[in-house]
Amino acid sequence: MLFHSILFYVFATIMFGAALGVVFSRNPVHAVMFLVLTFFNAAVLWLMAEAEFLAIVLVLVYVGAVMVLFLFVVMMLEVDVEAAKRGLTRFAPLGIGIALLMVIELIQVIWLRSQVSDAASGFVATPEGYSNTEALGAVLYTEHVYAFEIAAVILLLAIVAAITLTMRKRPGLKVQDIAAQVAVRAKDRVRVVKMDSEKHS
Amino acid sequence: MYNYYLTIVLAPLLAAIVTGLFGHKIGRSGAHWITNVAVGISFVLSMLVLKNMFWGGAEAENISVYTWAVTDGLRMEVGFLVDRLTALMMCVVTFVSLMVHIYTIGYMHDDPGYQRFFSYISLFTFSMLMLVMSNNFLQLFFGWEAVGLVSYLLIGFWFKRESAIFANLKAFLVNRIGDFGFILGISGVVMFAGSLDYAAVFAGAEGIAAQDIEVFPGTPWNAMTVVCILLFIGAMGKSAQAPLHVWLPDSMEGPTPISALIHAATMVTAGIFMVARMSPLFELSTTALGFVIVIGAVTAFFMGLLGIVQNDIKRVIAYSTLSQLGYMTVALGASAYSAAIFHLMTHAFFKALLFLAAGSVIIAMHHEQDIRKMGGVKKYMPITYWTALVGSLALIGFPGSSGFFSKDLLIEAVKESHWHGQGAVYWIAYLSVLLGVFVTALYSFRMFFLVFHGEERMDAETKSHMHETPAVVTVPLIMLAIPSAVIGWYTAGPVLFGDYFGDAIEVSDDHDVLAHMGETIWHGSAGLVQHALMTPVFWLAAAGVFSAWYLYLKRPDIPETIKDRFAGVYNLLDKKYFFDDLYIKGFAAGGRSLGTFLWQKGDRLMIDGMMVNGTARSVGRLAGVMRQIQTGYLYTYAFAMIIGLTMLLGWLIWLR
Amino acid sequence: MIGLQHYLVVSAMLFVLSIAGIIVNRRNLILLLMCIELMLLAVNFNFIAFSRYLGDETGQVFVFFILTVAAAEAAIGLAILVVLFRNRRSIAVQELNTLKG
Repeated sequence: MLFHSILFYVFATIMFGAALGVVFSRNPVHAVMFLVLTFFNAAVLWLMAEAEFLAIVLVLVYVGAVMVLFLFVVMMLEVDVEAAKRGLTRFAPLGIGIALLMVIELIQVIWLRSQVSDAASGFVATPEGYSNTEALGAVLYTEHVYAFEIAAVILLLAIVAAITLTMRKRPGLKVQDIAAQVAVRAKDRVRVVKMDSEKHS
Repeated sequence: MYNYYLTIVLAPLLAAIVTGLFGHKIGRSGAHWITNVAVGISFVLSMLVLKNMFWGGAEAENISVYTWAVTDGLRMEVGFLVDRLTALMMCVVTFVSLMVHIYTIGYMHDDPGYQRFFSYISLFTFSMLMLVMSNNFLQLFFGWEAVGLVSYLLIGFWFKRESAIFANLKAFLVNRIGDFGFILGISGVVMFAGSLDYAAVFAGAEGIAAQDIEVFPGTPWNAMTVVCILLFIGAMGKSAQAPLHVWLPDSMEGPTPISALIHAATMVTAGIFMVARMSPLFELSTTALGFVIVIGAVTAFFMGLLGIVQNDIKRVIAYSTLSQLGYMTVALGASAYSAAIFHLMTHAFFKALLFLAAGSVIIAMHHEQDIRKMGGVKKYMPITYWTALVGSLALIGFPGSSGFFSKDLLIEAVKESHWHGQGAVYWIAYLSVLLGVFVTALYSFRMFFLVFHGEERMDAETKSHMHETPAVVTVPLIMLAIPSAVIGWYTAGPVLFGDYFGDAIEVSDDHDVLAHMGETIWHGSAGLVQHALMTPVFWLAAAGVFSAWYLYLKRPDIPETIKDRFAGVYNLLDKKYFFDDLYIKGFAAGGRSLGTFLWQKGDRLMIDGMMVNGTARSVGRLAGVMRQIQTGYLYTYAFAMIIGLTMLLGWLIWLR
Repeated sequence: MIGLQHYLVVSAMLFVLSIAGIIVNRRNLILLLMCIELMLLAVNFNFIAFSRYLGDETGQVFVFFILTVAAAEAAIGLAILVVLFRNRRSIAVQELNTLKG
């Protein structure tokens, strides 16, 4: 158990530090990298909470796809790093003050005022041969199949939206109009001319 | 007869409309022909109605012409009540109107508003006829207001004159005050009798007199007294009794024909007519009659005094009219209604005559009206002179003239009316009318001598052009002089002591002073003339004439001395007892300053400034403050949300 | 012994940190989006913790969907960012104030 706790604290600390790095780093590329680190540590923590499916999904989908996307965009936009160094600290005290206040309130709720004793706040023990993936699948495709389908539609929506928003038509570009090509009919292209055959004498 | 009545009323109206709307098309002669013919027709038919009624013995007719509206049980109709009183009034009105119409052809000859004037005076004739022929209070009120309106239009006929506009507004406003009382009186009638119709109201008169009304909570007054006094207030406005008399002298701003028609013979007598018509009501309230007689007496004497100091020829006659109206009112208050109406009739003739004669002199003097600039006109205008003499003699009550009969009998009636008691009311009334005779003779012959006799004070230019006025002017003078002289002799007996009025006028037995006189004093017209030399009235009138002759012809320096010696009295008379000052500087100025105050502070400052604009400005200011929350920065919005969340959490954790 | 509260505290601190990041950050719109991802991560932590504590799989299913939606939202958000950059040539948050009242 002690090992478990130490691991937990180590990974939690690293994660928190990485999060701080996201917020306070100057270089946006560094910020993205820090975010990746945060996600990795979060995945480990989830593994420790025996939600291994989601941990892997986090790494694969979130880090693998979304963070990469962020990186693309960051590198595509020419962000003025010099100008970005300025103007950080004006509202910092106020923001940090509010943040601390919130933390205190939340910890009050969660820890200091909760009625759950230390012993009983542990996680439910999983039975032998428990597979998180299997358990998830059993619920997902039966009870929550409707939400599942809608989630798929949302992803489709995201694809369409992203393309629609950013598509630019360059003027003067010659493109094949496939639909017109396919819709051609013979009599638009070929004209039969009746001619008398000429006799060679 | 019904068709006659309709024609009598509608012919002048039609003429007025045609002349008013199509004046340019029909031209000047078209205008005067149409209106004169129309009024002439009305006159002839009125005489026929009178003949039918008096000599033919026809009954009084009460006809409903048209029901305008019936609401909540109250019938509002147009109808005619033609009895002896109405017939007499109709004849007087149409006769004087016809004379004035003919006279106007000469008087307004050069005026650009010729057709408009004819339209107005025909419209007036229509309104007056509607008033006297009505059979219900609503139509009476319609006629009442309509004559007031036409009077306004005619006083301000020369509307480009500042003084004329001032005068016509003054007339209308003072009349309005009277009309306010009048309409309250009509409301009282409707409230108690439940009907506007004369017949219904008179039938229920006893019932009204039995009730009390609490105008001020806690003090009950007799309902009939209240109603009668309110109705009389209307008469005070219309017939220019003090204190609502101030408009009549100013109304002389209008052309002379209308001074003759409206402000001598007809409109101002509407009030007298109305009280006589309401005799069944007035007889039931001694208090109201006392009120009437006191007002009338005050007017009769004090207005006469003002006539002595006037220098404008028309103003003298105007104050004379005021005084004579006071006489008629005194007669009404003494329950001698017939005497009042009789004096109304004779006064219509001789006062109209005097006005028209004055107008004739004014024309000859090229519109000069100051009598200090006239004198010795007799030699230039003989017809005007003799007719004016007849009129003046009638006015002072020279034995044999019609004025003599009406005035003498009126004064006798007041003397005999002890039923008011022998107290202050009686003596005020009797002394006023008696001394008024002296005053009347003084001012009327002062004017006569100063204008027609004595040295010629006009300038040479006017003197060289002076001649008698054309026939259209002098013929009406002659035609009015004839009844002024003779009608009294023939009609006094039947009208006052005979049963002329029949049921038209009701007098209760203990008030019936004329009947009493009929038994004791009346010995026929000749008898009255013979008796005249023995009455104080005759000697007072003679003294008045003698004083006028002495002061203005023999020793013209004396009036100047008197004026200097009694400067205070003269000032009081000159300022017309300060009534005008009170009204103009007191009420009118007070009203205007109140209006200005309400405009500046109430309307501009409070409503516009604070409520309307102030609301808009507050909204603007508030919006300006709220606007600053919209910074456009995303983090501000997020920040606001976070703060809200923090506060909510804090409240949930620590304060709950 | 690591229990529910530990995970909840971790979640709370991540959440608060991301909020601070939003408020403090003035320079970069992308940083804003990244802070939103952090917020979602914090919420996911919450769900996982309670799911394990209560033994109900529904929490994890919900995390699944949150991940899906977050991915979609990130994609669209970045598309908008790109178009914004094309029009304004800047992604500094403090220059985006045309909705100022």
